[in-house]
Amino acid sequence: MRKRHTPKDRLITVALHAALAAGLFFAAFPIYWMLSSSFKSNTEIFALPPTILPKAFTLEAYAAILGDPVKLRFFFNSYFVAGAVTVLTVLIALLAAYGFSRFNFRGKGSLNTLIISTQTIPPITLLIPFFGLVVSYGIFDTYVALILTYLVFTLPYAILLMTGYLNTLPRDLDEAVAVDGGTSWTALWRVIVPISLPGIVATSVYTFLLCWNEFLFALTLTKSTSMRTVPIGIQLLMGQHAFEWNQMMAMSVLGSLPLLLIYLVAQRYFLAGMTAGSVK
Amino acid sequence: MTRQKRSHHKLKRAVAPYLYLSPSLLIIGLLMLLPMVTVIAYSFQNSAVLRRDPSFAGLKHYQAIFDDPVFWASLWHTLYFTCMSVIFHMTIGMVFALMLNSDRINPTLRNILRVLYILPWLFTAVIIAVIWRLLLEPNGVVNSILMQIGIIGSKVEWFSSPETALHAVTFANIWAGYPLFMVSLLAGLQGIPKDFYEAADIDGAKAYQKLIFITIPQLMPIIISISLLDFIWTMQVFPLIWITTGGGPIYSTEVLSTYTYKLAFSSYNLSQASASAVVILLISLGLTLFYIRYQKAR
Repeated sequence: MRKRHTPKDRLITVALHAALAAGLFFAAFPIYWMLSSSFKSNTEIFALPPTILPKAFTLEAYAAILGDPVKLRFFFNSYFVAGAVTVLTVLIALLAAYGFSRFNFRGKGSLNTLIISTQTIPPITLLIPFFGLVVSYGIFDTYVALILTYLVFTLPYAILLMTGYLNTLPRDLDEAVAVDGGTSWTALWRVIVPISLPGIVATSVYTFLLCWNEFLFALTLTKSTSMRTVPIGIQLLMGQHAFEWNQMMAMSVLGSLPLLLIYLVAQRYFLAGMTAGSVK
Repeated sequence: MTRQKRSHHKLKRAVAPYLYLSPSLLIIGLLMLLPMVTVIAYSFQNSAVLRRDPSFAGLKHYQAIFDDPVFWASLWHTLYFTCMSVIFHMTIGMVFALMLNSDRINPTLRNILRVLYILPWLFTAVIIAVIWRLLLEPNGVVNSILMQIGIIGSKVEWFSSPETALHAVTFANIWAGYPLFMVSLLAGLQGIPKDFYEAADIDGAKAYQKLIFITIPQLMPIIISISLLDFIWTMQVFPLIWITTGGGPIYSTEVLSTYTYKLAFSSYNLSQASASAVVILLISLGLTLFYIRYQKAR
């Protein structure tokens, strides 16, 4: 239907591409700048006029980060906590989702509403009672404190995500197990779990990202340098080394790698996790 | 099956869902609902957390907060930060989604740009804060470009002067948050039936008319629900502000979350901080109820 190649039409196409280029600059320049600064020396970062490509390409910032056991510990802590929470969340959420998806029971509707509404509870509101609890149970500055805390924040979303996925699976499958005399428990592990991998991956991605990014609770519930996670490590770096910008950028790049990798490898799951709840 | 066996089976079916849900309910109950009750209790106590036998304080801590001009300033900054963020997230997300959805660009370019436009979303708030601190350093690249073009005459201290700090953090947050809208709206655009546009073409509708009378009304449910969620989440932002300005200079970027955090962990006034946390909770709950009602009405 559309008339093409009139001068006006061509002008619109050109304008659109110019706007796309401007959008690209807006979206990507800050990230490009982080990346290129991580390969510069500290003096070159503030060179006038700014150098777009590193003039003297150097890996000194990365060497400084990767050669420092204190900083490697931040990475270990982040991976460990996020990994542990992901495993626990997926297991617990899978059970709850199975209950929601395959059974009708009293209170189902209100429980569902409860779970949706807990997603929006402000973290700062829970921070103070958590601090009180963590101190009184003597788990301040431990992995347990972080893992339990993160579990509360990842679980509601994970349940919704998994329930949504299980609802797409035909019920005939578990009914076949019931006909053979199997219990719902057998049906879950023999039939549902093996075909739920996409849902499990999406939930894991979401959970891992949330834990990897968490700042407020890691800041408040840990104290010793050996318990700190990457986000806190970056903040500490900013305080300690009076603006070693290249190291801060290198650490930011390293700290973003898991997210970038997950995004590139599993884009579909990543988006499913990030937009879960909001589109539905 | 015998009758006994069948009733046994029925009982199992009735109990099973609660068993499957029990770990989740235990965690949510003990670590989410109970702490909410606790923080409300704290807000009515003197020296909450710090003393074993705190005395009842009545509404004293709420009174103290409402008498504190910094609280009102924080509330205002939170509102400004949140409203501007949501409005621009929506606008930028919409413009990007429409541009990417246009049939004037070739599919390969579209796919590449979609990935690149999502980039800001892939970075943690702390890293976003650090990136913007580097960009907006007085000697940084933004100042040097702006001075070269002639938009500013001298170096601006974006994060450390009271006039610009709030705008600067808001800008950084706008940059970081539009992809949620973009991704959701793109998905929404692909869901609009093609015949709507074909019918409009037959009636000779102009592009902007199609946008106003078809696209936007069709996307309205997504726009409203994402705006509400974005509003609730942006209101709670902590790390971005904590790392860029820490609420300063002279409270000019203090928001409710940094205000509460400082009360609790810099002044160790946990009772008053609890009162402030309860106020934030109430605002969030109000918005959440609104959101759930809206979702149910759809």
